[in-house]
Amino acid sequence: MAVPAIATEPGLLGGTDAARGSQALRRFTQAIVRNRKATAGVIILLILGFVAAFPGLIAHDDPQAAIYDQSIGPSAQHLLGTTQLGQDVFAQLIWGTRLTLIVTVVVSAIATLISMVIGVTAAYVGGMTDRALSLITDVFLILPTLPLLIVLASYLPPGTITLIVVLTFTSWAFQARQLRSQGLSLRARDFLVAARVRGEKTSYIILVEMVPTMTSLLVASFLGLAVFVVGFAAGLQFLGLGNSTELTWGTMLYYAEQSGALEAGNAWWALAPGAAVAFMGAGFALVNYAFDEISNPALRPVRRRHGSPAA
Amino acid sequence: MTPAGGERVLLRTQGLTRHFRLGGIFSQQVLHAVDDLDMTIGEREIVALVGESGSGKTTVARLLAMVYRPTAGQILFRGRSVRSLRSRKDVLRYRGEVPMVFQDPYSAMNPVYRVSHGVLRNLKLHRPELDRAQRHLEAARVFETVGLTPGSDMLRKFPYEMSGGQRQRVGFAQALAVRPTLILADEPVSMLDVSIRAGILNMMATLRDEEDVSILYITHDIASARYVADRLIVMYAGHAVETGPTEVVLSRPKHPYTQLLLSAVPDPRDRAPTVSADSGEPPRVINPTEGCRFRWRCPIAIEECGRVTPRARPMGAAHEAACHRAVADGQQPQTHPAPTRHEVSEAAS
Amino acid sequence: MAAPLLEVDSVTVDYVTDVADIRAVDRVSLTLQPGEFLGIVGESGCGKSTLLFAIAQLLSPPAEMVSGSVRFGGHDLVQLRDDELRHVRWRDYSVVMQSAMNALNPMKSIGAQFKDTIRAHVKMAPDAIRARSAEVLRLVGIDAVHLESYPHQLSGGMRQRAMIAMALLFTPQLVIMDEPTSALDVVAQRSLMNQIKELQLKLGFAVIFVTHDMSVVGQYSDRVMVMYAGQIAEIGATASVFEQPLHPYTKGLLDAFPSIRGPRRDLTGIPGSPPDLARPPTGCRFHPRCPEAIPECAGVEPAVSMVDGRAVRCILVGEPSRERGGHDG
Repeated sequence: MAVPAIATEPGLLGGTDAARGSQALRRFTQAIVRNRKATAGVIILLILGFVAAFPGLIAHDDPQAAIYDQSIGPSAQHLLGTTQLGQDVFAQLIWGTRLTLIVTVVVSAIATLISMVIGVTAAYVGGMTDRALSLITDVFLILPTLPLLIVLASYLPPGTITLIVVLTFTSWAFQARQLRSQGLSLRARDFLVAARVRGEKTSYIILVEMVPTMTSLLVASFLGLAVFVVGFAAGLQFLGLGNSTELTWGTMLYYAEQSGALEAGNAWWALAPGAAVAFMGAGFALVNYAFDEISNPALRPVRRRHGSPAA
Repeated sequence: MTPAGGERVLLRTQGLTRHFRLGGIFSQQVLHAVDDLDMTIGEREIVALVGESGSGKTTVARLLAMVYRPTAGQILFRGRSVRSLRSRKDVLRYRGEVPMVFQDPYSAMNPVYRVSHGVLRNLKLHRPELDRAQRHLEAARVFETVGLTPGSDMLRKFPYEMSGGQRQRVGFAQALAVRPTLILADEPVSMLDVSIRAGILNMMATLRDEEDVSILYITHDIASARYVADRLIVMYAGHAVETGPTEVVLSRPKHPYTQLLLSAVPDPRDRAPTVSADSGEPPRVINPTEGCRFRWRCPIAIEECGRVTPRARPMGAAHEAACHRAVADGQQPQTHPAPTRHEVSEAAS
Repeated sequence: MAAPLLEVDSVTVDYVTDVADIRAVDRVSLTLQPGEFLGIVGESGCGKSTLLFAIAQLLSPPAEMVSGSVRFGGHDLVQLRDDELRHVRWRDYSVVMQSAMNALNPMKSIGAQFKDTIRAHVKMAPDAIRARSAEVLRLVGIDAVHLESYPHQLSGGMRQRAMIAMALLFTPQLVIMDEPTSALDVVAQRSLMNQIKELQLKLGFAVIFVTHDMSVVGQYSDRVMVMYAGQIAEIGATASVFEQPLHPYTKGLLDAFPSIRGPRRDLTGIPGSPPDLARPPTGCRFHPRCPEAIPECAGVEPAVSMVDGRAVRCILVGEPSRERGGHDG
């Protein structure tokens, strides 16, 4: 042996990978349980996820079947009443969860991805690239969102894909600024210089070395964006710019408005989807508030005692 | 200047210069981080680049690591100019011969990956002849070479599970993985506890002896430089002011700055503090004028020091100093009329 | 012997977390005579900075002093209320922190910060404030014109001097310093230390100087205290501790310093690293790394024993005697 081995360190975290993995999971659940906001938020999202995945278990009526009495208020058989065409509102609400959730998650994910690539590249590469990307970001930031959404949605063929494209287009810019700031603060960290010195390509450094250390900010971006997207999506659909043949909370609002539900006597047809949108937004927002605690254990300071087996 | 011992020259710099413009593109302020540096590093030797903050030593490391491009001057590695390396293949090959170890063990490793990450990446980039299984074996082997045993277990740890000393060893393991010729070690022990430094310094000496690598040891701590280095280069304000074999420079320092530095180093065994009028003010390296940059602090500065920038002159065997007043071994000191401070600062303006 | 200026008796500080309590300082006692220069030396995690904060009454959660007393001029600082403490702070003792850039307000000039400090403790006319500020700056070798300067306009060495000047505004009897030279290069360090020593001889204040650098402590302190893992390893007159270290850790620490004078020796350092304070080793905390350890070292926690006026915590040295304020085991 070239160099004498150093003495084993007492007291360092060790154990097998499995032990460490279950430790992390336990910490995760502990953190959620301990923080009431996180608990509430997670419960809401879990409920919504369950409803989106298994709508049939909750609402037994076919949401599209226009077979019931028309425009009646809430009753024992129709918890939220029926639509003008005789569809069960509750069933619509439940079945509409899936597409609403999908649109929200997909838009937030893609927009976060785009803003990450642009923001972090601008931060790391610097120079003219940074100026160009920042200019583009700023332009998108100052464009008035709602009018732009309306204009785009009116020109493109109606549908969920259009909705996703349009929403992504207008919501990535804000997060890009934040991620650029974070990227700038990371830029001089030695491990990035080390990656450069060992010969890694710039794209590798950005994607493999920088981005993974920013996961907590990325998740926070995603959650924050989701809160707004769920509202914007519903808003666009309410204005008739979505695909009205698809069932989402936003299209429910559209039809409710078209049919004058509030005057016709079934206010719940209009109120329920609105409340549901708020409910989903609240779920994302609550988890976002509490997210910082539930972070990557490797980012904790060295030699702290979190996570060791209880004495 | 040829290194002592007649070893072949591995890396040579000629007139190496790096300036930074401060402020915007229209600013006139230019920071002279490194000016006109000539140095050589031979095979199987540890060369210490000693200087205080603002001396330019870290900039030299980054120039040699191709993080910065030189403003002027040459870096010749095995006779070939580093600036002429254009293709990714050539640059990669250089990086595989001249890796770098960083100062701060707490930020030199990406915290989300295991400590094996850097080593494995280095192997993948620079030793493509190895397959996946061989890479893991080799990673374990270099870990054990630096004293992290058992290698395969230590590879699986995360950085936060390791102490500062262990992390620095990982840094050296990463450098060794590429089978380097020259390791650039940028203050590798400054942030470690004193009792742990000895282990790392001893390891560096062993690497030189058993793994045939040269090391450029950058430090502000001249005592550790004495312990581990074969030759010293003392830097001040971007210039090399004195170079030579370690024991020679320490026993017969020729440059007033070297003398000042040596007198100021506290020694636990020699407990009488020395006194000096020098308060340790950092040098001016923004838009400097001609002349010696040490002249404002120099106890023996003369009129010439304010006009002419001193160049390195031989002082003895393989020993050079850049000072107009320095006296080579065996020479008689010249008498100069004692200058007034007024004369010196006049010359300076 | 004159009455001691400071008596720290069996101070224990815990960091209270919901996972475990970590004992950062364990039953540390020391006395300080007026005008004395005491160096506290140790490596990372030894508790020296925590001890310093405890003495200066600057601990904040999760750190808590769970037992012990800090008697300054006869009063137990721990028992004082905040308003009584403010009376004592800065006038009787002051603190110089590690990094001046962190302690000085970058948005205010030096003079403005001196003024704030003075006015926080006493009513003084603006002329008197300015005169006093200029005076303390001169004491540390800074031209009074720098009262108008901002911290970033001064060099590192000058900033540290400004911090010391600020600490001397009321000519306290004790100045506590937490690694004031660790960010300085060696020439600036020497200059600052000489200055501190000169001021100390001129103004007569005592100094507690916390550092990891044995060589600095060796040159300037009258007595030195070596800490390891939250406990005292050794205390004694600097000259004798350096010439004849008794605790194996002290020996190891002295041997770990390369020297530029004298023949070149082999350095061994101390293998391993300081223990995790949440799960310290049984018996002597140093025994896993100690080259002189015997089997008993793992079983018995050594008490501090007195040998020739020196306090040492090691069963290999001297006879155990009653430990002040604490109990054995």
